[in-house]
Amino acid sequence: MDELLKLLKKNALESPENLARMLNLSVEQVKAKIEDYEKAGVIRGYQAVVNHDQLDLNLVTAVIEVKVTPEREGGFNHIAERISKFNEVQSLYLMSGAFDLLLFVSGQTLKEVAFFVSDKLATIPGVLSTATHFMLKTYKDHGVLMESQDEYERLKVSP
Amino acid sequence: MSASKSRPERIAAHVRTMPPSGIRDFFDIVSTMKDVISLGIGEPDFVTPWHIRESAIFSLERGVTSYTSNLGLLSLRQALADYVERVFGPRYDPAREILVTVGVSEALDLVMRAILEPGDEVIFHEPCYVSYGPVITFAYGKPVPIATRAENHFALTPGEVAASITPRTRAIILNYPNNPTGAILPLEYLRGIAALAEEHDLIVIADDIYAELTYDGVHTSAAALPGLRDRTIFLHGFSKAWAMTGFRLGYACGPADLIGAMMKIHQYTMLCAPITSQRAALEALKNPDADIQEMRAEYQRRRNFIHASFSEMGIPCPRPAGAFYAFPEVRSCGMNSKDFAYALLDEEKVAVVPGTAFGACGEGHVRCSYATAMDDIKEAMVRFRRFVEKRRAH
Repeated sequence: MDELLKLLKKNALESPENLARMLNLSVEQVKAKIEDYEKAGVIRGYQAVVNHDQLDLNLVTAVIEVKVTPEREGGFNHIAERISKFNEVQSLYLMSGAFDLLLFVSGQTLKEVAFFVSDKLATIPGVLSTATHFMLKTYKDHGVLMESQDEYERLKVSP
Repeated sequence: MSASKSRPERIAAHVRTMPPSGIRDFFDIVSTMKDVISLGIGEPDFVTPWHIRESAIFSLERGVTSYTSNLGLLSLRQALADYVERVFGPRYDPAREILVTVGVSEALDLVMRAILEPGDEVIFHEPCYVSYGPVITFAYGKPVPIATRAENHFALTPGEVAASITPRTRAIILNYPNNPTGAILPLEYLRGIAALAEEHDLIVIADDIYAELTYDGVHTSAAALPGLRDRTIFLHGFSKAWAMTGFRLGYACGPADLIGAMMKIHQYTMLCAPITSQRAALEALKNPDADIQEMRAEYQRRRNFIHASFSEMGIPCPRPAGAFYAFPEVRSCGMNSKDFAYALLDEEKVAVVPGTAFGACGEGHVRCSYATAMDDIKEAMVRFRRFVEKRRAH
């Protein structure tokens, strides 16, 4: 992956000036590259990594395994696109193995998520079965640890 | 408790007259201060990769807590032979030509004690790692430092070496990529120095501890040059490329007679390197490239950042090509290295090491280590700039 993308994936708020220093490019070159990535759709957005457990939110997240019947001509894409349009669906992946689609769904209550599964998801033509797992605690998200550990301190000056 | 009376006469003269490391005083001051951003650290800020730590833990759980062979675990020496051949070129016999030591520091001490007779001379380049001169002196040798120059990017030239060779010269130390300057040695200089070593029958001590952290060009070890393998002691270890400083593990490769002589001293003074560290090192060598590449990429970004920042400030700084140090020249602030470092610490709480800690020719420079988190480097450069601008306005 391009070094610029690696750095932005780590910290999307990094200033173009600092990125230019790190990559040995000019500020203009950095800005142009970012714009190109945005236009080409390689960069699709910028988000904060939030520790939801620390906030007093009513937020329930479930991971749902879904088995579906692929359609003639559409394959998995058609049904996957249809499912991904629901606002409740945060992420959606096509998987190998015992099931076909993996969904990350969030809602305010357990009931709300359960209703989404029984009323909306399971009733879509082509959906054969679902298995819902509720998340209890987040330890690491997008490569970021959710609880900071005590740092061991090195000597401040050494040869 | 009453302090016992100091009696200098009971300390051997060559130890008594040796000044303590210049880094030490500075460390004592820095460690009393709060919220200091330190660019004074000569070790990686990465933690040893988890799979290496995990294998050390596993070996302890299994009860692997004994001595090893004096030379080190045979399995480790075999893995080292393969690694050194693949990365550096020369092939060493694990049975007779590789010695595992407690860091490169011990290996360096062993070389000096193995080859020097009182008064023998050893050539090395300054600015350099703080222990070269003292280790030679402690082995009753005579240190012959050569001052390298910023306009040569701190590379040691064959002409400078030739001018320092006498009938008493026994060895020459090469440490590139260099601590504290980040310099590398151009291949044509290395070839010229190699020719001198052959002509004058010198032993070459190649301290290649930073070899994997080379950002511009490809590192060539002295041991890899034709004709030099059998007069070179190749020193390397796990501290820098694998972030394993606290494991204290290094090794020496060289012709069997020299390694055998070093082994004799090691056997009677150290016995062997700690087995837990040796087991961890064995794991480090299993799939080394991924760990090293990741760290090198991160250091390279920091190198770019710190070098760009000094250029923007108008502070002359040869672009570091390896290791994790920049060695900017701060004369334009109207102070010597030591005053600069103390004032920067006092006013902006940024710790850098005065260049003079690495030899008198480091005057006018300070060492800035970029083995520090990028966020700290960014803030340190903001403060450095503020400090420099204030001094210049005076």
